[in-house]
Amino acid sequence: MEVKTIAGVQVNVSDDGYLEDMDQWNEDIAREIAKELNIELTDKHFEVLNYLRQKTKEGETLTIRKVGKSGVVDIKGLYKLFPKGPLKFSSKIAGIPKPTSCV
Amino acid sequence: METKDITQKTDTVEKKPLEKVCMICAKGALEDVYATLVMANGAVMEGIETKVFFTFFGLDGITKKSMNHLHTATTGNPAMRMPGGLPFPTLLGGLPGVESAVSTMMRKQMEELDMPPVDEFLEMITAGGGEIYACKLAVDMFKLKKEDLSDEVSDIITIGEFYEMCDGDRTQIIFT
Repeated sequence: MEVKTIAGVQVNVSDDGYLEDMDQWNEDIAREIAKELNIELTDKHFEVLNYLRQKTKEGETLTIRKVGKSGVVDIKGLYKLFPKGPLKFSSKIAGIPKPTSCV
Repeated sequence: METKDITQKTDTVEKKPLEKVCMICAKGALEDVYATLVMANGAVMEGIETKVFFTFFGLDGITKKSMNHLHTATTGNPAMRMPGGLPFPTLLGGLPGVESAVSTMMRKQMEELDMPPVDEFLEMITAGGGEIYACKLAVDMFKLKKEDLSDEVSDIITIGEFYEMCDGDRTQIIFT
């Protein structure tokens, strides 16, 4: 674990750069992490991020299938929003832990 | 006698992440097809270019009629257990309907872990840019047509054509 300054805020991140405490997250932090991943966040991105954060708070294990059935975005759309890392990148930007599911 | 300093040999090696994964699925049991699909989908989710080639009995996994009803072997499968963990007697596994019931149960357990039915799994893989191919030789052998296969199958190709797609020095071919 290390402390990193993202968007002017000191946050605890894991070795792979995932936020350790999802409550330290804000939209500016999201934008800055996204920029590192070459993703420009739109309203649609935030819709997905908020869904991921809500489900994580509820203690659910996320899968791309679950996100695809959420009504927020389908799987193809999820890949478009977060190319090459539909669950990993979205989780990182959403300030939640690295996904543990294989699907 | 000279003593050599071994610390010099521990230079950090540049990481070379996988860029492409090519999979060949030649078997049609539930676990064979799912192993292929999980690994293929996992690769797509990691941003790795993914191509899957189904051949011989593996074709069951992409044939519309059979793909969502795959079975796991209840005879000759030493890893088979009863729900409590006791060994599964091979004689019991041979009774009519047992294999079908066990397979249904397995599919249900996988569904609980959010593992989708085969048709949906194939859609997930292609949604992320993964490509699915059928082996021409096996398709001819089983007298199948393109329309018998899942709509997610890009093409029916020869193994030679598949190998041509497997170029690149960060490519791995996995046989399941």
